Amino acid sequence: MKYSIAHLKRGERGIITDVSSKLIPLKLLEMGCLPGNMVELVQVAPFQDPMYLNINGSHLAIRKETAMHILIEKVTHG
Amino acid sequence: MGKQINVALIGNPNTGKTSVFNALTGLNQKVGNYPGITVEKKEGICKLPRGVKAHILDLPGTYSLNASSLDENVVIELLLNKNDKDFPDIAVVVSDVENLKRNLLLFTQIKDLEIPTILVINMADRMDYKGISLDIDYLEERLNTKIALVSTRKKEGIEKLKELIGAYKDISVKPCLNASEIDKAYFDNLRQAFPNQLLYKLWLVITQDVNFGKTSRKEIEDVSNFKTKSKADLKRLQQKETIKRYQFINNVLKVGQTIDLNNAKDLRIKLDRIVTHKIWGYLIFGIILLTIFQAIYDWSSVPMDFIDSAFASLSEWTKRQLPVGSFTNLLAEGIIPGLGGIVIFIPQIAFLFLFISVLEESGYMSRVVFLMDRIMRRFGLSGKSVVPLISGTACAIPAIMATRNIESWKERLITILVTPFTTCSARLPVYLIIIALVIPEGRIFGLGYQALTLMLLYLIGFGIAVFSAYLLNKILKIKSRTFFVVEMPNYKLPLFKNVALTVVEKTKSFVFGAGKIILAISIILWFLASFGPGENFNNAERIIKTEFVDQNLPQDDIQQKIASHKLEHSFIGIIGRTIEPAIRPLGYDWKIGIAIVSSFAAREVFVGTLATIYSVGSDEEETIKNRMAGEVNPILGGPLFNFASGISLLLFYAFAMQCMSTLAIVKRETNSWKWPILQLVIMSSFAYIVALMAFQILK
Repeated sequence: MKYSIAHLKRGERGIITDVSSKLIPLKLLEMGCLPGNMVELVQVAPFQDPMYLNINGSHLAIRKETAMHILIEKVTHG
Repeated sequence: MGKQINVALIGNPNTGKTSVFNALTGLNQKVGNYPGITVEKKEGICKLPRGVKAHILDLPGTYSLNASSLDENVVIELLLNKNDKDFPDIAVVVSDVENLKRNLLLFTQIKDLEIPTILVINMADRMDYKGISLDIDYLEERLNTKIALVSTRKKEGIEKLKELIGAYKDISVKPCLNASEIDKAYFDNLRQAFPNQLLYKLWLVITQDVNFGKTSRKEIEDVSNFKTKSKADLKRLQQKETIKRYQFINNVLKVGQTIDLNNAKDLRIKLDRIVTHKIWGYLIFGIILLTIFQAIYDWSSVPMDFIDSAFASLSEWTKRQLPVGSFTNLLAEGIIPGLGGIVIFIPQIAFLFLFISVLEESGYMSRVVFLMDRIMRRFGLSGKSVVPLISGTACAIPAIMATRNIESWKERLITILVTPFTTCSARLPVYLIIIALVIPEGRIFGLGYQALTLMLLYLIGFGIAVFSAYLLNKILKIKSRTFFVVEMPNYKLPLFKNVALTVVEKTKSFVFGAGKIILAISIILWFLASFGPGENFNNAERIIKTEFVDQNLPQDDIQQKIASHKLEHSFIGIIGRTIEPAIRPLGYDWKIGIAIVSSFAAREVFVGTLATIYSVGSDEEETIKNRMAGEVNPILGGPLFNFASGISLLLFYAFAMQCMSTLAIVKRETNSWKWPILQLVIMSSFAYIVALMAFQILK
């Protein structure tokens, strides 16, 4: 199964693997959302949306609909 | 005396760029607009060592040179246009020590433009706290730049920065990396087609959505021997470029920066667990809002009472000191009360701007965006609409400009259309004086009735804004891509200097902006109220004296009757009575009618107008409030400002579109007359209907 950021639970982490979807704005990449970077789900608003992320030290919030397109590999420990 | 050095301050949002600007320029700054657009332009003068002066331009915050908003466009437009009078001799990129990696992306882009560039690493005081150490020499060498470690909070590093600016000629213009490697063939072609142009500049021109300066995109496409790429291909290249830049930055920072995570403390995450919590987050937000309204009402009442009576005495004093005549009357009855009507609201407006700037400076606003996004989306808005809706409580104009970072056009348009419903500071004067007249004092749970009424009015404004957004979302058929990215900056204790400067700057522009209109209108009104045509006005004294000759009225009463007879038959009285039938069902008399008409230009004129109308012909030293309280309804009897007519007026002002400047901004931001006209017609007729119903039910 392919995991995306939308699958993360609060406090969980993953490594970004693919950001090639057309639905991901360039601005997000510029803010550090790039393959190989670690992403942690810091907090979610009610209904899991938007999602507050820590991507390699960059703290930002995105909507679930965008988060669905950022593919990750789950990190189980650490 | 050499020429001034042109300095451009550039940086990501939330890096403390404005603090650096304030530290460099002190009070030597002015805020204006870029010609033709409404982006705020902040510039100032900085004195460098050896008598050299630098002109500092504080550019809008941007994450990169790929513009996605009008604000960001300003940055690119300036950097691409060598002929602009503000074109920088030197660029100062302000970065935040905690987000150095991300900040360096913009830095490497600017270096590619071959402009001498200094890197400021701000918030250096937080390095120990975050366990960060930097090898400055190494970074300077790899980035081909000079670095100033600055802490605006501790006032460190500013002198060093000034020295570097002074020696700008020594700073390298060599790029840090060769970004054209991402597609060698493409860039080689580009270079051949335009041998005289800077490659990166061409690339920026090609990839931006807007045309800039002389090298427009069209020009590039027209050259037959150069084929540009499809939009999707270009975007893929931009992605590659970003990745390439980050690779370079990562390599540099691997050596130049060490972060000891054991020493790093992250208060932000702990705080955010609570501040953005599903329940606590909303509770905290509610408490903050409640505090703000209580403060605006309670804390500012002392200086306001003082200003009110000071202006009344000033007007009286002027009358006594100056020789009797038209000019004295104009001053004492027209200008002074009119100005008093605006000066009195300085305390409240200052408080409002104080709170808003503290919320923004501290980083809390982003948390509100996060908390509210899902809820706002249900109404066709974005979480980012919360910022305009909250700053709309200060003024709709900056609020509408603040919608620019909303990525979806539909969400942005709806936000623009509904923002004028929020209670702006210009409504405050109207609300305050009417609440003071018709709502009793007294408290419940420690909160004053009057403060609660005010809060209720804010909530009504907000509620109607959200409700009409919901309707617009259903009605408007606009397809637009939505995406939403918001940075959650670290919490910061707001710098006193920044907050103070914002408060002073905004209050000043409110007072002077509104002051000019009010001054003009109060002079016109005074003329209209002091002169009139025909028998009834010119012979008022005789008419009244004959009429009441049999009744043995005291001299004062006679004078009063003469004055009001004159006013009724003055020019303004005639205009007022013409429109009276339209507003009588709302519970207003013709004087209120005049105030409403004249406040079409700007709402706050309402109070000044009433003050001027009531002052004309009155000899007593009285505050505006007391004069209004003494007015009697000519038909129903009893006080004119009673509960029913008061509520009706409050509701009218809550909904009516009484602000020309807002309409002008909406026109500019939506680029069409359709939206402002729609706004005007719908809001004002809605206001009329609601006020009518309120009065008819309550009377």
